[in-house]
Amino acid sequence: MRAHAAFRDAPGRTNVTTNRINDFTIKIATVNGTGSASANTLLMKSIFRSGIPVMGKNYFPSNIQGLPTWYEIRVARDGHVARSGAVDLMVAMNAETYSRDVKEVAPGGYLVYDSTWPRPALLGRSDITVLGVPLARMCNESFNGVRTRILMKNICYAGVLAALLDLDLERIRELLAQTYAKKPQLVDSNMKAIGLGYDYARQNFPCPLPLKVEKMDRTAGHIMIDGNTAAALGCVFAGATVAAWYPITPSTSLMDAFKGFCDRTRVDPQTGAKRFAFIQAEDELAAIGMVIGASWNGCRAFTATSGPGISLMNEFLGLAYYAEIPSVVFDIQRVGPSTGMPTRTQQCDLMECAYASHGDTRHVCLYPANPEECFYMAAQAFDLAERLQTPVMVLSDLDIGMNDWMCRELKWDDAYRPDRGKILDKAQIEKLEKFQRYLDKDGDGIPYRTLPGVHPKGAWFARGSGHSQYGTYTEDSTEYQIVLDRLLKKWETAKKLVPRAIIDATAGADIGIVSLGSCDSAIHEALAILKARGVGVNYMRVRAFPFSEDVERFLAAHRLLFVVEQNRDAQFRSLLTLETAVEKSKLRSLLHYSGLPISSSFIVDGVLAEVLPKPLPQQKDAASA
Amino acid sequence: MTFIPKPKIVHPALPRNARGLVRRDYEGALSTLCAGCGHDSVTAAIVEACWRQSIEPQNLVKLSGIGCSSKTTAYFVSGAHGFNSVHGRMPSIATGANAANRQLTYIGVSGDGDTLSIGLGQFCHAIRRNLDMLYIIENNGVYGLTKGQFSASADIGTRAKKGETNFQPPIDPALLAMTLGASFVARSFSGDKQQLVPLIEAGLRHRGFALIDVLSPCVTFNDHEGSTKSYAYTREHYEPAVQADFVPPEREITAEYGAGEALAVAMHDGSRIVLRKLDAGYDPTDRAAAQARVQERLMSGEYLTGLLYVGTDGGVEGGRKEFHQVNGTPEEPLNSLPYEALSPGSGGLAKLLARYR
Repeated sequence: MRAHAAFRDAPGRTNVTTNRINDFTIKIATVNGTGSASANTLLMKSIFRSGIPVMGKNYFPSNIQGLPTWYEIRVARDGHVARSGAVDLMVAMNAETYSRDVKEVAPGGYLVYDSTWPRPALLGRSDITVLGVPLARMCNESFNGVRTRILMKNICYAGVLAALLDLDLERIRELLAQTYAKKPQLVDSNMKAIGLGYDYARQNFPCPLPLKVEKMDRTAGHIMIDGNTAAALGCVFAGATVAAWYPITPSTSLMDAFKGFCDRTRVDPQTGAKRFAFIQAEDELAAIGMVIGASWNGCRAFTATSGPGISLMNEFLGLAYYAEIPSVVFDIQRVGPSTGMPTRTQQCDLMECAYASHGDTRHVCLYPANPEECFYMAAQAFDLAERLQTPVMVLSDLDIGMNDWMCRELKWDDAYRPDRGKILDKAQIEKLEKFQRYLDKDGDGIPYRTLPGVHPKGAWFARGSGHSQYGTYTEDSTEYQIVLDRLLKKWETAKKLVPRAIIDATAGADIGIVSLGSCDSAIHEALAILKARGVGVNYMRVRAFPFSEDVERFLAAHRLLFVVEQNRDAQFRSLLTLETAVEKSKLRSLLHYSGLPISSSFIVDGVLAEVLPKPLPQQKDAASA
Repeated sequence: MTFIPKPKIVHPALPRNARGLVRRDYEGALSTLCAGCGHDSVTAAIVEACWRQSIEPQNLVKLSGIGCSSKTTAYFVSGAHGFNSVHGRMPSIATGANAANRQLTYIGVSGDGDTLSIGLGQFCHAIRRNLDMLYIIENNGVYGLTKGQFSASADIGTRAKKGETNFQPPIDPALLAMTLGASFVARSFSGDKQQLVPLIEAGLRHRGFALIDVLSPCVTFNDHEGSTKSYAYTREHYEPAVQADFVPPEREITAEYGAGEALAVAMHDGSRIVLRKLDAGYDPTDRAAAQARVQERLMSGEYLTGLLYVGTDGGVEGGRKEFHQVNGTPEEPLNSLPYEALSPGSGGLAKLLARYR
């Protein structure tokens, strides 16, 4: 296994002066709690509304006010909405991080800073263009109140960028009008700040820069949405009625969004009755307990958490697995171990979720790659959980969950009806001579269940202690093993039901990339770059655990496989070696675990390090002679 | 003899309740607890109370955690679903289950280890939520299933079977529940069926969280000389303060009560609890006074028993909104809402997405 250094995001491009229309990266360094988020979203969204594919990523601290925060906007005319690894224009608004922000600008790039106060020497960067704008001075002269001045200073740099990049001011006004629909006076003050920056830049710099925005038509039929919001919508459309949770970054916004959507769509207009229960639990142990209790009693119930929460839920997840109670858990992964870096992204709970709890347990996991998939997989998770009567975990991450992603407009098929699985109703129970909870009647390893309150003959006793296929307590080896083996059969059934991998073998190569989740967009760009350099690579994105047969086939069909994932210990590679027949030696890990989302340049570099410098055959012969 | 299935032969002369069911219909599997265990008496009291209340077996939901007490949910009402969950986490299962279907009757059975140590947090929060359930603690001051360690309800100075003395102060669940705002708090003794059965009946009917702490001696590990939770000690030191008689809605209050000694508390379904003060200085409707009295008696080694506190204030029973009233859920159980009432449909989705375009 060859682990790449954590921070290998070396700038890949230097030709800032050539045609960079709709193809560049802006990074904005600010202090958190100063309102910069609205300015950044405004910029990103106005580019999106100009029809240009765009990526916006927020690198924020675990803090409410005063610590450094960055926002990266990539204008991506080719549609690669992933990090490239390079920064072409830096807006350095934070004195604390100024020196490192300056260093990060690619040669030939630009730096905008607040020139109200003199800065120390520019650290020897004669290869970049520095644009000083007296943002604080202008805002102090034009606005009153400390808080307003700080907020407006940030809106002001959006005005500077609007001039430098040639953004449409009308579009900005339109966005502000939507944001402040309830406080229209704020539209004018914000536009005033925008105007200050815009005019200053037009008067003092050659606007626009070669890095500029031109209207395109590539965002029609798309939305900008974060994965947590999309997953919450998926839960609403799946018909989930009980949501129990304990607040933890970065999952909290999923629950907030669920409540928000339910308040809008599930409140009876006549009676005010709420067709959902939203329970803030005392901890994650209770949250998953509530989900299991509600699911056992016939509701679609879910919780959302992050790695530390999954750790606490382990015991209950084992109970749900063994007592066969459906439950849906969203794990919005963040950087571990322990508290780790709560506001940074990683794919570090792959092993934890796959085998959560003591004893022989394995759990169905889904790996969405973007908000669009969060939406559809959320609904699918409930169907799988009820069909298989087991916990299903949806492993998103902070990057997907909390950043706005451009994705295709979400659609809903009105013909959809929840798959409630094998639940016997009153009439069916009535006909039975005796109800046997854990008997495999259909040969698929999935038994029948009944709900409380329906029929006394359907009563059964859910327990985590040893039980026979008839649902009775047992300490008998044979009776115990019959149930355990049947659970394995159910696992085989699960392989046929979970979403297939997405395979791109158009390169016709004997080498491939295997990955999952949020690495996807960076991989797509990497594949394009590699192709341009004459390196053809196939690609398989695994979307679920257990691995289906197509995963085995892809692994078997390739000579060399790069396993791309965002953790230190190659957890996905471990899962592949444990759960498939793949030869370990074929797998090369490309591991990105800095806490920032993976970039395409990281993947390109990783593949080229292995594929290009192959010694020529004659040299090899000479060496061995 | 637990391998023998319990016979279900009903003699025609056995009395039947309003549903035409006999007591046998409310029994469960044979107990596997030690002969003489207090918990078996509590099980019998639950069977009696459920029979008297004419509960439809399938409309009862039995919940428990881990331990000797938690096993007992298998020993009553076999026609009811049961959930023997994980140690100390029964309240969260109960919360989820109750959220899904508010129409059923929830009874949780736990022990002092399950409730006061590993499960103390969930216990407290179920009370805070005023979850509509009857929560019975079978309290014996000892960990039975792991053979005799002190539990958090062990009194200072009590001796373990192996001779150690406990020096840590006990957690009293009744006092704790009163401070957390519980609207129905009772204490009883497994050996006093006269007192316990009506308490269970009232607890089952109470809307909101009802706690009954039942002193229920462990014959094997905590019934020796020097133990403050033995049968002998409990009989000597338990002091009924209030007798609660349960009167169903259809029945008149017929018993003779002396002037000023009885107080009828109305429940949400029209039934009443008639409280008879056995201790003239005790007022079970005054939370602060009741708390002070219970504590004072505990300090002198006496367990005050009966319905120690029942809220009568406010428009809501017990003066507090229960979980669903706070949540604003409809009367119809969430688990029976049709999908059409839950999905906003493709048109609704298009509207919800407007701000993301």
